[in-house]
Amino acid sequence: MPSNTRPTQAHFVAPIDETPLVAIDSVKADGKPTNLWTDAWRDVRKRPMFWISSALIVLIVVVALFPALFTSVDPRYCQLSLSNQGPGDGSVLGYNRQGCDIYSRIIYGTSTSLSVGLIVTFLVASLGIFFGALAGFYGGWVDAVLSRLGDIFFSIPYILAAVVIMSVLSQYASVWTISLAIGIFAWPATARVLRAEILRVKNADFVMAATAVGVTRLRILIRHVLPNSIAPVIVITTISLASAIVAEATLSFLGVGLPSSTMSWGNDISQAQVDLRTNPQTLILPSIALSVTVLSFIMLGEVVRDALDPKARAQR
Amino acid sequence: MAGYIARRLLQAIPVLLGTTFLIYFMVFAMPGDPVVALFGDKTPPPQVLEAVRERYNLDKPFIVQYLLFLGGIFQGDFGVSFSGQPVSEILAVTFPVTLQLAVLAVLIEMVFGITIGLVSGLRKGGIFDASFLVVSLILISLPVFVVAFVAQFVFGIQLGWFRTTVGPGAPIQDLVLPAIVLATISFAQIVRLTRASVIDTGGQDFVRTAASKGLSRRRIVPVHILRNSLIPVVTYLAVDFGVLMVGATVTEGIFNVPGVGRTLYQAIIRGEGPTVVSFVTVMVLIYLVINLLVDLLYAVLDPRIRYAK
Repeated sequence: MPSNTRPTQAHFVAPIDETPLVAIDSVKADGKPTNLWTDAWRDVRKRPMFWISSALIVLIVVVALFPALFTSVDPRYCQLSLSNQGPGDGSVLGYNRQGCDIYSRIIYGTSTSLSVGLIVTFLVASLGIFFGALAGFYGGWVDAVLSRLGDIFFSIPYILAAVVIMSVLSQYASVWTISLAIGIFAWPATARVLRAEILRVKNADFVMAATAVGVTRLRILIRHVLPNSIAPVIVITTISLASAIVAEATLSFLGVGLPSSTMSWGNDISQAQVDLRTNPQTLILPSIALSVTVLSFIMLGEVVRDALDPKARAQR
Repeated sequence: MAGYIARRLLQAIPVLLGTTFLIYFMVFAMPGDPVVALFGDKTPPPQVLEAVRERYNLDKPFIVQYLLFLGGIFQGDFGVSFSGQPVSEILAVTFPVTLQLAVLAVLIEMVFGITIGLVSGLRKGGIFDASFLVVSLILISLPVFVVAFVAQFVFGIQLGWFRTTVGPGAPIQDLVLPAIVLATISFAQIVRLTRASVIDTGGQDFVRTAASKGLSRRRIVPVHILRNSLIPVVTYLAVDFGVLMVGATVTEGIFNVPGVGRTLYQAIIRGEGPTVVSFVTVMVLIYLVINLLVDLLYAVLDPRIRYAK
């Protein structure tokens, strides 16, 4: 017999609802207000992948900023007598064909990859947000022109475009030019994502409310529409940081990237090609460094996407 | 349908003009003299410079140069490589090889990607699913040249299963290893796309209806779930085919596959500016045409696209 029926009672009687009517109508004001970002943070901090990728990224940033903390060997000091020697004798990972210390070169190459990644991401985010926001918010001919412009840049695969730019600018090759070459063709994806999101947001009630109280269009865009449609842009930006690092390494590998005097994983991998049979670690080790860096940014991007997108959360 | 195709074709025209203009602009309107750059460190006599300028129409105003270049493309004339061979002739030899490689790669990623994605999606949260999510994450973050070298080292040198280089006139089985390497790039994406799509479809009402009217699992999975999950996957595969036709540069270079990509790779290494431009233009055109076909394919597969404005 169910516990809420007394022996003397013939029928089921629901217990008296003791919630006072006032409590139903009042808004819980003492609790912390939640929004997309606090929900996302609550979701993210429960996931081990978030902590692993953040720890790796912090480590990578520290290595890039203070390489001297991790090695006392000069990466440019090479002795041909040590060519292709294995680890030992003060060298952690051995020497490459030129007799340079592999470990030291990996440590000093970190900042190159990370700077290219950050500059490209900054460029892609600013161009993408600028064009995407204008196209989505103002619509009409602004949208038509900007979207077609984006289509043109989008339909050239950006590695090929970067190859063309870099083979033209070969005398000026540097971290800045290579970032420009990658970024200038990578922004349309971000612009498209933001445009679609703004189209969804701009008809929301809060935009109409802001218009009704006389807020200017530009101010609505910046204060109300953009903050509410920026989530997918953040996701795509994290992932574009990873692809920019890969793009730099690929261009350097193809020989149209950074000049060989710049310490870069792509350059080291490119130069180690001929030693694949004799001394594979000169090729494998920088590749591992590159892959781990890319993996940590992609992992972070995945976690952030899952946290910001309820649909992705449901599929987990 | 005919209206949709016509509209899509019309939309492609400005993009086509824009992309060719952009590539041309990037090369010939930038600071630095491309003709002098061709000679590297050496200083060529002025007569030679003059002759090269005339040959590539560089003595004419920029817009005339572009129009001549564009006119050439429409007549199938993509310029001449450094060795004096017309680019269209090189393409005729190299294109079939790249096509074979791309078809092989797409077949590999299709078979493995869809199978693994389907199993993961049906057993969401299981051990198989969890381990393949990790594997796909790692595969996504490996740059293609790293995969290529590791494959070359392990399967070509240490195990000796495949030849490490392909070379001209090689039999099709030599293309298997480069095709596997190419396939790994998108394999992970296809697994994820299939998985997400299967989970999505599996939760739909018509699947529940099929189950409640007593259909067996063996009929529901292939007929109801898989078929309806494949639309995004098929379109992704088609787009990927375009990317493979274009982006095999690195893989073909490493495995010495005599395709379009390797020719571009060698042109880049030798610093042959005009050849690089011709090839990139051709590749972008291929990419655009394939994307156009993909859009049409999408309309055939998914009636919702066709009837929407």
